[in-house]
Amino acid sequence: MGHITGRYAVVGVGETKVGKRPEASTHSLHLECIKACLDDAGIKASEVDGFITNQPLNDAHRSYAVRMANMARMSPTYATDLALGGATPIAMVQNAVMAIEAGMANTVMCVHARKRATPDPSPGNPIRHGEEHWEEPWGHFSAVANHAFTAQRHMHDFGTTSEDLAHVAVATRKHACLNGNATMRKAMTIADHQASRYIVDPLRLFDCALESDGGGAVLVTSAERARDFPKRPVAILGMGQHHPHFSLMDAPSLTTLGGKKSSELAYKMAGLTPGEMNFAEIYDCFTITTMITLEDYGFCKKGEGKDFVKNGRIEVGGELPVNTHGGPVIAGAYRRHAARHRSGATAPRQ
Amino acid sequence: MSETKDHRGRAVRKVEPFLEDPEAKPFWASLSEHKLTAQRCRACGKLFSYPPQGSCPLCLSPEYDRVQLSGKGKVYSFVTYCRAWHPSYEDKVPYNVSLVDLDEGPRLISNVIDCAPDQVKIGMPVEVVYEDNEGYTLPKFRPIK
Repeated sequence: MGHITGRYAVVGVGETKVGKRPEASTHSLHLECIKACLDDAGIKASEVDGFITNQPLNDAHRSYAVRMANMARMSPTYATDLALGGATPIAMVQNAVMAIEAGMANTVMCVHARKRATPDPSPGNPIRHGEEHWEEPWGHFSAVANHAFTAQRHMHDFGTTSEDLAHVAVATRKHACLNGNATMRKAMTIADHQASRYIVDPLRLFDCALESDGGGAVLVTSAERARDFPKRPVAILGMGQHHPHFSLMDAPSLTTLGGKKSSELAYKMAGLTPGEMNFAEIYDCFTITTMITLEDYGFCKKGEGKDFVKNGRIEVGGELPVNTHGGPVIAGAYRRHAARHRSGATAPRQ
Repeated sequence: MSETKDHRGRAVRKVEPFLEDPEAKPFWASLSEHKLTAQRCRACGKLFSYPPQGSCPLCLSPEYDRVQLSGKGKVYSFVTYCRAWHPSYEDKVPYNVSLVDLDEGPRLISNVIDCAPDQVKIGMPVEVVYEDNEGYTLPKFRPIK
């Protein structure tokens, strides 16, 4: 069992109103969830001494964390800007634990906000992912296609179908219908999913995350200090990362991703097994991502995700409710819901 | 290929390859002569993956040669773009993008052409074809009949 197990906790969560927010800049969305998080934790901005952000993709900054901290009149003794794609928010929480463990700060806020639905006019420059010029000349532009490559290979290797993926979308939409801050709250059927158009075949519109404006913040502190906060803390039991490749041209596998090893590290640290999990909140930019991650996290064998996601197993009330917030795929909600459940382990994938 | 605005009037990047990268320059120069090359490490003898880089990804030795490849390979995975992300692709959808595993090992992101997108299959044998554009040549692939 890892020595950090149970020694750190989330003591506050905040999220913005999610959806189309043409009136708000990225910076304003940050401030909105910072305020919500401080209110949830019952502390003032001046009491936050660690601060972690992820700079806007359309507006490159040298030190966004310091700029945002200043806008909220924080003067942290630890600040950093973190960029690990979809794994960024959970990696921020890990980083917060590390900062506290190292004695750099006591109370660390992690903030992630994005404008993805409405324009975010900026005088600045966009951030590159780095290998656009090895993809775009052949017409490859999108994250959808990256995941469509994995879906195609999963279908080839394991017989997964588009209809199998529909079960993930339908379950997640059911959860979105329970979330007042979700954008998409109309029930969806398998037939609705199957009737939706292909964006990048084999992924359809309803396999894709809705691009939203919004953000979330969480506050991390030691378990000892957590007792002074008004709400029941969420203990951090285990965490892990693994980054096996950057480019599709170097991917050792398209159907087993970083989540396999990162989850093994998190389980080991927590001294727990997949069978002991009561629910799972995982990064679901696309339905195939949920299915592959469920396999990689050990909830079923590789290739059996297509059966695992059926018969209500991943719905609230099922064997392993998955993405009970309604997911970025379906709801446009951000991943702060796990903290609301007041439980959990963390395992990012990349 | 060099539009500067998309349908919402936002500025968009050009989609040409970046020809000035010091390690990639010889790759693009060879392509203009219709030769597909890869870097081979002088220390460990292995081929580099793409894109080109200054040292061997496996042993970090900076000494390498450029070798010509057969241009033959197999489709590892593929997708069909049904939506254009860039104005210059609006009249091209639906089109194929494939991961092509070359027989010698390295993998390229490219297009399988001379074949309807719905006829592309994983494992399909393909061979390189050179698409000459103004100022650069792109390696693309077609099914081996």
